[in-house]
Amino acid sequence: MTDIVVRFEDIVKIFGEGSRREVRAVDRFSLSVEGGQLITLLGPSGCGKTTSLRILAGFENATSGNVYIDERCVNDIPPQSRDTAMVFQSYGLFPHMTVFENVAYGLKVKHTPKAQIRTRVAEVLGLVGLGGLEKRSVGQLSGGQQQRVALCRAIITEPKVLLFDEPLSNLDAKLRKGTREQIRQLQQELGITSLYVTHDQAEAMSISDQIAVMNDGRLQQLGTAEQIYARPANRFVAGFIGDANFLPVRVLGVDGAGTRVACGAAEMTVEQPGARFAPGDEPLLLVRPEAVDLVADGQGDLTAEVLFSHYTGSVVLYALSLPTGERLEVQVANPQERGLLALHTSVGLRLHRRSLRLLEKED
Amino acid sequence: MRFDVYQREVRGEMRRLVRDPVLLGLVAVILLLLLAFIVFPLAKVIQHSIWPKGVFSPKYFVQFFQRSYYWRPLLNSMVVGSLVALCGTAVAFLFAYGITRTDIPFKRAFRLIAIMPIVSPPFLIALAAILLLGNHGVITDALRLDWDIYGLPGLVLTETLAYFPIAFMILEGVLSKIDPSIEEAALDMGASKLRTFLTVTLPLAIPGVASAMLLVFIRSLEDFGNPVVIQGNYQVLTVAAYHAVTGMYNMPLAATLAIFMLVPTLMIFVVQKYYVARRSYITVTGKPSGIGLKSTERRVKIPILAGMVVLSVGILLMYGVVLFGSFTKLWGVDNTLTLKNYLYVFKVGGQYIADTLEIALIATPVGGILSMLIAYLVVRKRFVGRGAMEFVSMLNFAVPGVVVGIGYILAFNTPPIQITGTALIIILVFVFRRMPVGIRDGIAQLQQIDPAIEEASSSLGAGFFRTFTRVTLPLVAPAFLSGLVYMFVRCMTAISAVVFVVSAGWQLLTVALLYEVDQANLAAAAAYGYVIIGIVLTAIILMRFVVERLFNRGFAPLSRQ
Repeated sequence: MTDIVVRFEDIVKIFGEGSRREVRAVDRFSLSVEGGQLITLLGPSGCGKTTSLRILAGFENATSGNVYIDERCVNDIPPQSRDTAMVFQSYGLFPHMTVFENVAYGLKVKHTPKAQIRTRVAEVLGLVGLGGLEKRSVGQLSGGQQQRVALCRAIITEPKVLLFDEPLSNLDAKLRKGTREQIRQLQQELGITSLYVTHDQAEAMSISDQIAVMNDGRLQQLGTAEQIYARPANRFVAGFIGDANFLPVRVLGVDGAGTRVACGAAEMTVEQPGARFAPGDEPLLLVRPEAVDLVADGQGDLTAEVLFSHYTGSVVLYALSLPTGERLEVQVANPQERGLLALHTSVGLRLHRRSLRLLEKED
Repeated sequence: MRFDVYQREVRGEMRRLVRDPVLLGLVAVILLLLLAFIVFPLAKVIQHSIWPKGVFSPKYFVQFFQRSYYWRPLLNSMVVGSLVALCGTAVAFLFAYGITRTDIPFKRAFRLIAIMPIVSPPFLIALAAILLLGNHGVITDALRLDWDIYGLPGLVLTETLAYFPIAFMILEGVLSKIDPSIEEAALDMGASKLRTFLTVTLPLAIPGVASAMLLVFIRSLEDFGNPVVIQGNYQVLTVAAYHAVTGMYNMPLAATLAIFMLVPTLMIFVVQKYYVARRSYITVTGKPSGIGLKSTERRVKIPILAGMVVLSVGILLMYGVVLFGSFTKLWGVDNTLTLKNYLYVFKVGGQYIADTLEIALIATPVGGILSMLIAYLVVRKRFVGRGAMEFVSMLNFAVPGVVVGIGYILAFNTPPIQITGTALIIILVFVFRRMPVGIRDGIAQLQQIDPAIEEASSSLGAGFFRTFTRVTLPLVAPAFLSGLVYMFVRCMTAISAVVFVVSAGWQLLTVALLYEVDQANLAAAAAYGYVIIGIVLTAIILMRFVVERLFNRGFAPLSRQ
C-alpha cells in the first residue's frame, strides 16, 4: 500500500475565460505522486507544466478540478497554509536580507526558537556546501550559490511537497549538471516528495523517478525515463524525447512473433507486445537514429542512399534517402573505426528489432 | 465575459478571500473608506446641484446659462486654460528639447529651475508677478509703466510658469526616448535639420505634446491659488465657486459650478488617458538614450539657449523678488530691509506653522501607506471589487480640488460623519487628494519587483500581513520614502481643496498667505511663502540624508511627478 501525497484530479485551467484571448493552459490533467518520489513535468513551453505546479502551490486557482495534498482537497487553501515550498526559476530570494535571513525565513514564520533556527540553518547550508556564508548578502553570491540558497530556504521547513520551477535554467551548462545531481541527492536523502518542472529532457531523465510528459495542457505519458524513451505512448512523446525517424508503414498481419509490416518494398516484423494493429492499418514506425546498423548494400532490412553527413567527432550523423522518398537519420558512433561513407553511396540498413515501435498516425 | 463564467470566478475569489481574513478585512475597510471619502462627497455635489433641498429641480442649471455672471467664469476659465496649455507646453518643449536633444551647457541648472515651481506653493508665482509687475511692482516703477497685471495677462503669465513643469516632465521623458539614430537616418537621407525636426522629431513627440497640453489645461482649470490672487475682474470658475460658498452661502449654486468644472476635466482626463496616451510611438528599447548626440549647430543652439536663459532669469527673478519682498518694511512704499515680517509670521502665524506641520506629518504617512496598500492589492491580488478599487482611488486624479472641497463641506457637515472644523477633515482631504499619485508610483515600484519574491514568502507560510511588511515594504522602502516627501510637499503647498475645510481651530500656512495677500500685506505674504519653502527644502534634505544613510541608494523625489 503506497501513500499518494499529491493528486491532481481533472485539472482544467483557462486564462481569460470568455474573452477572445482565451487560453486553455491545462486540460483535464490528472496525476498522482507517491510519497518520497520525484516526478518531473516535462514539455515544451506553453504545455501547462508551470501552471500545474502553480496550481499545486496555490498561486493559481484551477478553473475546475481538484488538487489534493495528503488526500485533503486544498483548492481553497491559500499558498501560505499549504505545506509546500517552491524553488523558483528566478530564485525569488529576498534581496534585502542576508543568506541567513533568507534561509531562516520559513522557520521564523513558524515561530521556531532562535537557537534552533541557528543550528538548522547552519546544518542545511552545510548540506549544499554553503557553510559560513550566513552573513553574506544574497546579491554578493554567484548564480549557482543563489540557487542553492533558494533550495535551502525551501527544504529547511521540511515541507510535505517540494516544488521546482525550472530551477536550473539560469545556470550555465556545467553548473547545471552538478546542481541537478545535488538536488537529486538531497531529495532522496530527505525523502521529500517533489515535483520538478523543466523543458530539458536530459535534466528530466537524469533526475526523476518518473516523468510526466505534457503537451497542449494534457498529460501525454507518465513513466520512467526508460519507459518514455523506449516505449513512447504516442508520436509527440517519441518526437519530444530524443531524436526520432517516423516511417509510414502498412500492417500485413499479426502473428506470434509480432506485427508484420511493409515499408515500401521491404517487409519486417516488429516485436511489440500489446500492439493493437490490424492488417491494412497504416501506422508510423519509430526508428531511433542510434538503433540502426549500416551494412553493405543489398543486405539488412532496407536500402538507402547517403544524402548528407554531419561529422561531429564522436559520432557521425547520416541523412539517408529511402527508395520510397522518405528521409531517415542514422547515427553511427565512433566513425573513426568504420570510415566515413561518401555522398550518394548506397548502403543497407539493419534495424534493431527491439527498438522499433509502431505508433498511431496522428493528424 | 460570459455571465456564468463571471459568477464562477467571483465565487472562487470569494472563497479564497474568506480563507484569508486579514486580506478580506483590509479589502472591506479600504472599499468603505473610498466610498465614504471619495464617492460620497462627489455624490453630494451632484445631489445638491440637481436636488437642492431634496426636490428635483434643474433651476441652478437654467440660471447658469441665463446669467452671464455665472457662465462668464466658465468661459474665462476655458480661455485661460487654453492659453496656458499652449504657452506652458511651448515653454516646456523649449526646455525639454534643449535639455534632451542638444548639447547646451548648464543642463542641470536649467532642469532644476524648470522643476522649481513644483516644490513651492504654486501661487507664489502670482505673488511674485504682483511684486514685479503690479501697481507698485519693481518693473512697473522702474519703467514707469501704466499697465494692469490683474486679469487675463496675469493669469496666463503666472499659470504658465506655475504649470509648465508638469509639461516639462512629460516632454522630457518623451523626447529623451526618441532614438537619435532615427533623426540621423533622416539627416543621412539628405533632410535638413529643420526638415528633420518638423517631419521626424515633432511627429514622434506629438502624443507627448498632446498629453502635456491636456494636463496643463486641467491644472489651469482647477487652479485656485493664482486666480484668487491675480484674477482681478476676470473671474474664473474656481474663484466663482469659492465665492458662492464663502460669500453667498449658496451651496446649490456652488455645487452647480462644481459640476461645470468637473465635467470638462473628467472628459479631458479620459481623452488623455485612453486616447492620447495610447497613441504613443515611443517604444522602450532598453538602449541608453542620448548616445550619438552630436554637437548642435550654433544657429540652432543659440536661439534655444537664449530662450531658456530669458525664461530662467524670469523665474529666478520671481523667486528673488519674493525673497527680497519678505525682508521689506512696506512693499513699494518703504523698501528698507527688516526682519519684522518673519517675526510677524512666527508670532502671529506660529500656530499656523504648528497646525500645518502637525496635519502634514499625520496625512503624509497615512496617505503613503494607504496608497501603497492599494497599489499592492491592485497589482498583486485578485479579489472581487479590485477593478472598482483601482478606479475609485484614481478618481480624484481628475476631480478638481475645488470640487473635492465643496463635496467635503456638503458631505461632512452633518451626521453620520460630522467632522467639519476638525483637523481630521483636512487630513482626509490631503490623504485622498494625494492618493492617486501615491498609488501610481506604488504600482510602478511594485511592478519592478519579481512576483516570485513574494510568492516565495507565502509558500514558506507567511500570510498576507507578514509578506507585505517583511518583504514588500522593505523592498520598496527607498522609493516609498522619496514618494512620501513629494506627498509632504503637496500637503505644505496645497490650497484649492483645503481652503474650504480650514476653520478657526485649524488653519494652514497657505491659507494664511492668501489672507495676507488679501489684506494687501504683500511683505508678510512673501515671508509666509519663504517659510513654506524653507520647511519643504528642509524635509527634502532630511529625507535625502535618511534614505542615503539607510539604504545606500539614490534619492530622487522629483524625478517623477
